[in-house]
Amino acid sequence: MSILVNKDTKVIVQGLTGKTGTFHTEQALGYGATQMVAGVTPGKGGSTWEGTLPDGRKAQLPVFDTVAEAREATGANASVVYVPPKFAGASIVEAIDAEVPLIVAITEGIPVLDMVKVKARLDRSTSRLLGPNCPGVLTPGECKIGIMPGSIFRKGSVGIVSRSGTLTYEAVFQTTNEGLGQTTAVGIGGDPVKGTEFIDVLELFLADPETTSIVMIGEIGGSAEEAAAEFLRDEAKRGRMKPVVGFIAGRTAPPGRTMGHAGAVISGGKGGAEDKIAAMEAAGIVVSPSPAQLGRTLARRLKG
Amino acid sequence: MNIHEYQAKALLKGFGAPVAAGVPVFSAGEAEAAARSLPGPLWVVKSQIHAGGRGKGRFKEASAGEKGGVRLARSVDEVVTFASEMLGSTLVTKQTGPAGKQVNRLYIEDGADIARELYCSLLVDRAVGRVAFVVSTEGGMDIETVAHDTPEKIVSVAIDPEAGVTAADVAAIVSALKLDGPAAEDAKTLFPTLYRAFVDKDMSLLEVNPLIVLKDGHLRLLDAKVSFDGNALFRHPDVEALRDLSEEDDKEIEAHKHDLAYVALSGNIGCMVNGAGLAMATMDIIKLYGAEPANFLDVGGGASREKVTAAFKIITADPAVKGILINIFGGIMKCDVIAEGVIAAVREVGLQVPLVVRLEGTNVALGKKIISESGLDVIAADDLDDAAKKIVAAVKGA
Repeated sequence: MSILVNKDTKVIVQGLTGKTGTFHTEQALGYGATQMVAGVTPGKGGSTWEGTLPDGRKAQLPVFDTVAEAREATGANASVVYVPPKFAGASIVEAIDAEVPLIVAITEGIPVLDMVKVKARLDRSTSRLLGPNCPGVLTPGECKIGIMPGSIFRKGSVGIVSRSGTLTYEAVFQTTNEGLGQTTAVGIGGDPVKGTEFIDVLELFLADPETTSIVMIGEIGGSAEEAAAEFLRDEAKRGRMKPVVGFIAGRTAPPGRTMGHAGAVISGGKGGAEDKIAAMEAAGIVVSPSPAQLGRTLARRLKG
Repeated sequence: MNIHEYQAKALLKGFGAPVAAGVPVFSAGEAEAAARSLPGPLWVVKSQIHAGGRGKGRFKEASAGEKGGVRLARSVDEVVTFASEMLGSTLVTKQTGPAGKQVNRLYIEDGADIARELYCSLLVDRAVGRVAFVVSTEGGMDIETVAHDTPEKIVSVAIDPEAGVTAADVAAIVSALKLDGPAAEDAKTLFPTLYRAFVDKDMSLLEVNPLIVLKDGHLRLLDAKVSFDGNALFRHPDVEALRDLSEEDDKEIEAHKHDLAYVALSGNIGCMVNGAGLAMATMDIIKLYGAEPANFLDVGGGASREKVTAAFKIITADPAVKGILINIFGGIMKCDVIAEGVIAAVREVGLQVPLVVRLEGTNVALGKKIISESGLDVIAADDLDDAAKKIVAAVKGA
């Protein structure tokens, strides 16, 4: 099994006809059993998108003006947002209003107050939002939504959840090299206000029988890692426990400076790496001091 | 993006918030006219730099006198004396670092009769995904100290974006700040006004410390610190116009032009990485092996050859850099493209210090081959641990 996405997931691409949307849809269609079923670009409804897969095959997708129309016509149960930051907030709200069960927002640079409005809408809906400013979600051999490189994945037993894109790839690559493989890798994104937090994904991994261990990658800013550690500790008391290896990026980041990700900032003395590491270790998570040792640390932990 | 106190007050005054009368001055010659335009008998001469702790800060130069970066004057002559001492001098506060910041602007403000000093800020509370007021009766102090020593004296009130600031929200703030009389009346308009300013201008922080109760019982913003969400500046050209480039690092300004996320640091190993998380992790691992990073630099997921060259120039222009570590995990980005970009950059810019390159991911074999056949003096690394060890050894050996 896997979480969030599998071979039956049908995906609408919001912003399909742009350069980024086109490139990543071609990559996704070339990966595993991924089903990209339609695109949405306002004003281009009724046209047909044409793309070329990495292996040279041609692909076509119908384009609709609205998410609701695309959903009605295709029965899609997920959408991915490649819309530029100025308009991305409105695009996510459109997907929420169309009751898309899973919305994955890749776009980086959405104004945070736009996300505050999205979040208020999201809280009153049944949709789940991943991101924004995230690399997406991938279940090996089945479904790739977003921009993760499919070639480094291998079907296996590790669940990966991360605030960072390239550090997700490090964790995937290292667990593949250790022969462990992944059930699903989930990027929750580097923005301060987002749809899905660590706790939500950890809950899914704990409930998934095929996920037998977890890698959790956090970074400076906010207190989501501390909340996740507390959650894991409470669940362990109730007998729900899986081995978890963690990493926190930004031990050397100066306070008050935003480190690339809008959410990666130590402010008002809060959100520093050491507090997060201490909370995670107190919850039984093995925190690797080196991002190059995630796979080895997990393999060693599993051998006991 | 940050602005000065006098700019923040002008902005907030435009929304209807109560601030004292004041005049910004850029040279000592302007100080006398500025002081005469205010009623007196008390004037406050305030250094305008993008750093907190100005009042407790001290100037480096003896000619600037013993007093701090915010001074109380009791005559026009005293205003002029202070202005000539402070302008052009270097103010060191707990936020500027030991190098301090040169004071190029002053704000001359009408003095106030203070009865009580309070704390009020607005920020995006990420735990709830809402804008929140953070208030405390302990104004005029470092709020981090208050949060550490007496956290019960800080109250947070999150605002529903669809309802805005409700009467119940105002009542919660009034109660937390123990306001009564005219101040409690003022609160009914002040807090919704501050919220409107925050939302209308896409602020990321609005801090009023202190918010004061005057002896006549009314509220006034005695200080104001405002930061804006850089991602929303496209809809606020008026805010962008307030930018003071002299407050920003030259390398950071240059990086911004090329859409590179760059933060200058104090170490000697320059870093070029794709992805913010990996870029932070690269800094961390340099430290883990006993050296210090010179910068944070994320070239982004779709770095072009031009971007890689620009990044390389910014790193090598820093005289503190004694070695460079390039760490790329090519996902969608192919390693061979990166390798060609790095080689082009080295050929264009030259290479005076050791360079370690770690490539991983798509087309890695081809990328490594391009680098090894380039004839350039590049140290190849297999993984991030190996790369960090090699650059630290190269810099320490030099």
